Amino acid sequence: MDVLRLSGVTVAYPRRGAPPVRAVVDASFALEPGEIVGLVGESGCGKSTLGKAAVGLLPLASGTVTFQGRPLPPLGRGMRPPAFRPLQMVFQDPYSSLNPRRRVGEQIADGIRLGGHGSGRLTAEVGQLLERIGLPAAARQFPHEFSGGQRQRIAVARVLAARPACVVADEPLSALDSSAQAQVANLLASLVREMRMAMLFISHDLSVVRQIADRTVVMYLGTIVETGPTRQLWEDPQHPYTAALISAVPKVGGPAVLPAELPGEVPDPARPPGGCRFHPRCPIAEAACRLQEPGLLPAGPAREVACLVAQRRMAAMADPEAP
Amino acid sequence: MVDSLLAVERLSVALHTRSGWQPAVDEVSFEVAEGQILGIAGESGSGKTMTALALLGLHPAGARTSGRALFEGRDLLALARRDLRSIRGRQIALVLQDPMTALHPLLRIETQLTEHVRQHLGVSRDEARRRATELLATVRIPDPRGALVAYPHQFSGGMRQRIAIAMALACEPKLLIADEPTTALDVTVQAGILRLLDRLRRERGVSVVIITHDLGVLSAVADQLCVMYAGRIVERGRTGELLSAPRHPYTRALLDALPMAAGSTGMRPITGTPPSLGAVPAGCAFHPRCPFAQDACRAAVPPLAEVGEGHRSACIVDPLPART
Repeated sequence: MDVLRLSGVTVAYPRRGAPPVRAVVDASFALEPGEIVGLVGESGCGKSTLGKAAVGLLPLASGTVTFQGRPLPPLGRGMRPPAFRPLQMVFQDPYSSLNPRRRVGEQIADGIRLGGHGSGRLTAEVGQLLERIGLPAAARQFPHEFSGGQRQRIAVARVLAARPACVVADEPLSALDSSAQAQVANLLASLVREMRMAMLFISHDLSVVRQIADRTVVMYLGTIVETGPTRQLWEDPQHPYTAALISAVPKVGGPAVLPAELPGEVPDPARPPGGCRFHPRCPIAEAACRLQEPGLLPAGPAREVACLVAQRRMAAMADPEAP
Repeated sequence: MVDSLLAVERLSVALHTRSGWQPAVDEVSFEVAEGQILGIAGESGSGKTMTALALLGLHPAGARTSGRALFEGRDLLALARRDLRSIRGRQIALVLQDPMTALHPLLRIETQLTEHVRQHLGVSRDEARRRATELLATVRIPDPRGALVAYPHQFSGGMRQRIAIAMALACEPKLLIADEPTTALDVTVQAGILRLLDRLRRERGVSVVIITHDLGVLSAVADQLCVMYAGRIVERGRTGELLSAPRHPYTRALLDALPMAAGSTGMRPITGTPPSLGAVPAGCAFHPRCPFAQDACRAAVPPLAEVGEGHRSACIVDPLPART
């Protein structure tokens, strides 16, 4: 059974004197235990908004989020019901997500207590978690004594202290340099496998997602445009936006190749283009794309795509007799 | 290289710390020819930004510099402040990671794109405005005229970085120093900026020094690479050769840390952390993190020795053992 399920999630930001901006429109997907789902897209596409909505940090305009089969209530002033504590979040910036004035060990112990697992062996448990993230002697130290990568690992340890079943990680690597990125990514991936957690991994860096995610969800301007197993999606993207994102990633080594440019800018989400939201920037847009908004439809086993051209191509392949 | 625009010779920058004077940049030498793109790579704290700042006289007050940095034959490190000011912004321009540090939030784009042009080149207001419009078109800002009367906050991050580059180009500099110019941007926008830098070099003969930890970026545009570790250059050479057949274990470790094609190992982190200023290990600074370290590595700093044509590496283990 899926751990976290989003069905028809729409998130709107209210505006003074204007209709609300719909930052996420009708997004649906689910996470299974032991699975890493990568959520990618350009900045402003709504991926962070969707991540926050997935843990209840933002109210939904419509749709539902269920965690282990129960509808997730939005986070209020009171304590979150214990049933939802195994749903946790890792934030982008470990400089601001850790308390600078408290010792690392104390902050991790808080996580254990909040998770309701407090026992007489707090110190021992903290020690085990620190050992697991490769910083066994960190308990008595303060966050400023560590590098960015080490701090992010400490933030991960604090989340793990709550024994999560599902973690939403919002750009957890983007404040780090390549070597530290590799460390934190490997740590997250191996924890997901060991503990059979599910993880929603939000990132603008496609190459990292390609490396660690089992499935990938691509967003553009608030809507999901393609989903599928990461390898298939990378090798054979169906949506022109996915293809554009992939060819913009610089490749290391070999002959120097300039990455491909995707012309234009992400439009203002308050005034999305009519029809397919991607059509003004799309290299293969047709007349119909300006009029009709494509739905996210199945495109082969475990894949979905929201593109009229791709859907027609697939229909033609499935039924070569049709005109 | 005969006609290098910039020749840096044994540049050192020492900072005063609690444990005395410590070299943040240690005897760094490189050259940049006209129209060439040089990449400087390394982890955070490797001294790459300090190297760039020292060239422009923007290193912290109280830091000690030594060595030479010959720009068209004049030593930037020995110039009087006034002379350096006439070069800085005019002939050498700087682009930073966050365009909001370069752009004034309360001034219209026009003011920011014309003020220094009028100051440095002494052109009229109308001429400066005409040039600003052209520049915005060069960096592919849609509706350049409309952009002139707008404020920085009205643009996206990628557009702001383009405007910051336009600002840097306004006085037609010969050398552009770009410190992590695409790190905060989306890959699609990054691709646009990299293409822009490549076009400027081809069409205008602008030389560029790009500083970044992202070897992917450098692989796409840089002709030459310097890899820095703990303030020193540990490997230097042509980009293609250096990335396909690295000779220094640190360069190889940086490459192995990158996410690669599915199925390959990829994202193998480098053990340990870079040394902090004042705690640089004796001998080869990389030896505590190096899988191939020998006793001799702890004894002396290995020289940056020639290992191929135009390729230098500071490692006594040569050739490197095969990857496991």
